[in-house]
Amino acid sequence: MVFFLGPGLLIYVVFSVYPLLDTLVLSLYNEQQGQTSFVGLQNFITLVTDDTWSQAFWNALGNNFKFFAIHMLVQNPIGLLLAVLLSSPKLRLSGTYRTLIFMPTMLSVVIIGFVWQLLLSPIWGISENFLYSIGLGQYFDAWLGKESSALITLAFISVWQFVGIPMMLIYATLLNIPDDIVDASVVDGANSFQTFWHIKLPLILPTIAMVSILTFVANFNAFELIYAVKGALAGPDFSTDLMGTFFYRTFFGFQLQQGSASMGAAVATLMFLIILMGVMLFLFFIQRRIQRFQF
Amino acid sequence: MLNVRSALLNKKPEVKTVTKFTCLAAILLSSTGMAQAAGSLSIESWRSDDANIWSDVIIPAFNKNHPDTKVNFAPTPPTEYNSALQAKLKAGSAGDLITCRPFDTALDLYKDGYLANLNDLKGLKQFSDVAKSAWVTDDGKDQFCMPVASVIHGFVYNKEIFKELNLSVPKTRDEFFKTLDTIKSESRYIPLAMGTADQWEAATMGFQNIGPNYWEGEKGRKALLSGKEKLTDKAYVDTWKELAQWKPYLGRGFEAQKYSDSQNLFTLGRAAIYPAGSWDIQTFNNQADFEFGAFPPPVAKAGDTCYISDHTDMGIGINASSTNKEAAKVFLNWMASKEFATLYANEVPGFFPLSDHQIDIKDPVAQEFMSWRQQCKSTIRNSYQILSRGTPNLENQLWNVSAQVINGTMTPEAAAKETQEGLEQWYKPQQ
Repeated sequence: MVFFLGPGLLIYVVFSVYPLLDTLVLSLYNEQQGQTSFVGLQNFITLVTDDTWSQAFWNALGNNFKFFAIHMLVQNPIGLLLAVLLSSPKLRLSGTYRTLIFMPTMLSVVIIGFVWQLLLSPIWGISENFLYSIGLGQYFDAWLGKESSALITLAFISVWQFVGIPMMLIYATLLNIPDDIVDASVVDGANSFQTFWHIKLPLILPTIAMVSILTFVANFNAFELIYAVKGALAGPDFSTDLMGTFFYRTFFGFQLQQGSASMGAAVATLMFLIILMGVMLFLFFIQRRIQRFQF
Repeated sequence: MLNVRSALLNKKPEVKTVTKFTCLAAILLSSTGMAQAAGSLSIESWRSDDANIWSDVIIPAFNKNHPDTKVNFAPTPPTEYNSALQAKLKAGSAGDLITCRPFDTALDLYKDGYLANLNDLKGLKQFSDVAKSAWVTDDGKDQFCMPVASVIHGFVYNKEIFKELNLSVPKTRDEFFKTLDTIKSESRYIPLAMGTADQWEAATMGFQNIGPNYWEGEKGRKALLSGKEKLTDKAYVDTWKELAQWKPYLGRGFEAQKYSDSQNLFTLGRAAIYPAGSWDIQTFNNQADFEFGAFPPPVAKAGDTCYISDHTDMGIGINASSTNKEAAKVFLNWMASKEFATLYANEVPGFFPLSDHQIDIKDPVAQEFMSWRQQCKSTIRNSYQILSRGTPNLENQLWNVSAQVINGTMTPEAAAKETQEGLEQWYKPQQ
């Protein structure tokens, strides 16, 4: 036991458990002029009730839920659709499509941010001409710069980048469904939609549930794309501020704003708790009801 | 020999014997050492762009008179500088000379004991109080960095476009907006090259650029510090009102236009006027193939006193745990000399020496910027000293509200109200 688990456990404790616990402890302290003192839950109370902090906090949390909702409503259904299309035996070149669709996931977020900014740029971008060529030119706007559309645009960019992950996971599950079950449904007279709805979908539900929880965790930890495109101040008027960028500003500071390690730890702890709660709700209410099938 | 001395100093337990010995060593060193060697110095800086200039021009010039001091310029990229420096200072591996950011960032380093006190440095006499104000304790008693350079705000314009449209350089605000109108109606050029995507341009090149003419430079800045003026006063609201008027003259989709986009629009000759910081001169010199000039922020009526933002941006101090403080002081005193000022101003156009020497700048645009110091009164950005210490942070708020005012999503009055309320939450004199 010690030999097998020891090394892994040690690395896990040193690099994951200890920093996490240290963050939790740090969030109970306050530092002023180099003096550290124990303040209990004061940091958290400040964070959710004091106007200067709570506005930014609730705004970031709200934006984060919007960001997550867009991923759930757009990324995962598209991922599912793509996976179903890809697993269709009639599709030619499916390997090429699979690779192409998965490609952006492997690119650095900085590159994604830069490329999309160029594409969408009202000055140099090609999207305006493209829209004109299909007759929708009058709808073009500086989407990344408008308060009403910046967050949605960023969420779509992120969806575009990561749609490959749900696609691959669902695709792999679809391939695992034995042909005899599908054949049996066809023999019973089901059309292709009925086969999908009554046979395949129940079998891939556990994967869809897992994809959802992965999306949840990834979205509430999201930071890079916003930072790369809008900077740490997540403009305009903090409309693209997520928990990640809020944490960054609090912990590291920004420009003339001095960072605060203890306040930053409090934000990180709240992020941890939110994700923990989400995962727990998922485990209690969804995971336990999901039936797994052995073939 | 110097290494011996430092090794001895580091041994703490045997303080008494060591001090005696060090004194002896020091005397020995000073007698032999002064003549032959002052050791080596390492400079921490965020100006990685200037690394060549330091190693090829500035350090060789210093070595002409001080051949025995080996100076090494060791820059870190600007975005990483603050945290990298902090880490190095904590670990004791930072260089002997530390380039200082203005105000609180450097002040915190001094308070934590990382920067040496420079009160008795001879070279400091060459600098005015305004220049020194960025690196002095709140009570004005202790100086911890020596001023090096400032950046000036103004407007850079494309001379060819101005010629083509028969425009003259605007002196008053009315002329300024008339010029913008002409460019907008009579040509396809973008009148003003600025975007709000990065937000800081709106505050730095917008608010802090044209603002000093409204709040009368230092007078307004000091009044804000003492609590006599509020951000809801007419001067500040009017500044935002003028910014709000810029909107129709900016390029299409300026809300998503970034700093580099604005620079490119100007250097490609697609925009006529660019709200600038003097550091842009270097970029424009390299990229623009047309002639460009500069004018200071226009005043209300012809003949009014003009005020410019001449922001103290860079200072230099001595690492408190440096083993080579004497040589470091020699170097700082040299940096206060006319020789250094002339070299620096000409090699890095757009960064202006803060010492009182009269120097010649060869770059015509940099010279133009520099000449405003004589015609106008200088001030620094009003959010930098003390006012950005609390939460919410005034500088961040200014970025946010200025960008929104230009976008047209916030009224000037609301911008004033929000920033003033932010200040009142933590700043005693404003409460």
